[in-house]
Amino acid sequence: MNQQKTALYEVHKNLGAKFVPFAGYEMPIQYKDGVVKEHLSTRKYAGFFDVSHMGQFFLEGDDTLTEALEKIIPADLKSLKINHSKYSFLLNNDGGIIDDLIVTKTNKGFCIILNAACKKNDIKQISRFLGKNHKYLLNNDLSLIALQGPKSVEILEKLLPGVSNLKFMTGNNFNYDGENLYITRSGYTGEDGFEISISNKKVEKLINFLISNDVKPIGLGARDTLRLEAGLCLYGHDLNEKINPIEANLKWAIAKKRKDVGGFNGWDKIKILLTNGSEKIRVGIKPEGKVIARENTKIFSADDSEIGLVTSGTFGPSVNAPVAMGYVKSNFAEIGTPIKLEVRGKKYQGKVSELPFYKKNYVK
Amino acid sequence: MSEKKFSKKHEWVSLEGEVATVGITKHATELLGDIVFAEVPEAGKSVEKEGQAAVVESTKAASDVYSPISGEITEGNKAIVDDPSSINSDPEGVSWFFKLKIKDKGEFDSLMSKEEYDKFCKENPN
Repeated sequence: MNQQKTALYEVHKNLGAKFVPFAGYEMPIQYKDGVVKEHLSTRKYAGFFDVSHMGQFFLEGDDTLTEALEKIIPADLKSLKINHSKYSFLLNNDGGIIDDLIVTKTNKGFCIILNAACKKNDIKQISRFLGKNHKYLLNNDLSLIALQGPKSVEILEKLLPGVSNLKFMTGNNFNYDGENLYITRSGYTGEDGFEISISNKKVEKLINFLISNDVKPIGLGARDTLRLEAGLCLYGHDLNEKINPIEANLKWAIAKKRKDVGGFNGWDKIKILLTNGSEKIRVGIKPEGKVIARENTKIFSADDSEIGLVTSGTFGPSVNAPVAMGYVKSNFAEIGTPIKLEVRGKKYQGKVSELPFYKKNYVK
Repeated sequence: MSEKKFSKKHEWVSLEGEVATVGITKHATELLGDIVFAEVPEAGKSVEKEGQAAVVESTKAASDVYSPISGEITEGNKAIVDDPSSINSDPEGVSWFFKLKIKDKGEFDSLMSKEEYDKFCKENPN
């Protein structure tokens, strides 16, 4: 199958990227520095990520649009202020997560950032609820660049004065080179940073500015180690259609008002789980020593009964130790619970750990 | 005086008398990326030619390390277990994986020379 390319493909190539097929796109997995250096330089200084494979989905409409979206998204969209963003999901009738997303209220409606592998199906699922007076567009003329790390604000402020005023999970329009940009203060690394929606025509110029400020390109490899240290889920691994937000330990992302009143897909089930708890739940996992418990590693209790499965696991360069997430039976979810992890046929000790593994520095 | 040979699975073997030292090549480390975990065999374990003998993991994936030669392990290199990143910095020097007492020198002789291995890597870049 032919892989799609982002507008920055040639730029990545010139920066020494190694490419992998990802969600139908040819994406950089790492550059010359490698995953560990890319990871550490993002935490210490700043890094940029081409995430243009993600869907930038724009919806326009009146209050009936808000009502329609609330049927599939359990966020309080009615109360969401213009330029404010929320982390949420699309839910199916069983309360399973079709995709996780960031939704931002815009002047004319909403912008939703969707996972690349899910975006086609997401739009199908969302459009089932839309009316004739609602307009929607997956905008493929836009690139999406994440700038992450403690120096992000200082660097971007030089180019676009005013970005430093944005608070975490809010956005605004900025003028750049005669064009309108939309920037939110958000990200997927546990660091302060921004996500910049910019036309495919201007994106290279923005990247050249970042590179001239010593911002390093960061591939999908370090994106994964950064997000896992920050305790953030990766759809298709930690989340899928058979997992609901209660099991995923993401009930904080369901708005309080929506928890009480409902009116969204899967609420019947979620309502019960909110009271009774779920059978299994997502937890952080720290293996003892250096052994890495990767996806699908079996988890056992101290007395050797099987209690769950790892959904993400790698080495965390900033915590300088292996880190993982997975689902365990809820009575084993308490932080500090000793567990065993079966790697290559041998059981290694580990513990249920607090998330995130690495503390965040968001500007609130 | 030791002699060094290479396998198609990107291991190197250096032979001194009856004892072979095995590690992974620089080319292998470049393919793997940042190495964050290593497991080496215990002394006394028997390994077969092309049998799994050790494990190496990068941030992205785990890979088996095979013994290019049959024999009995005499030592695993604990230093690389304690500091896996040293495999990236000196793969063909201090960061060897294991030593073994060989059974059949013919197996060693049939491995590739440095020139043959370099040519093999060029023809099989991945």
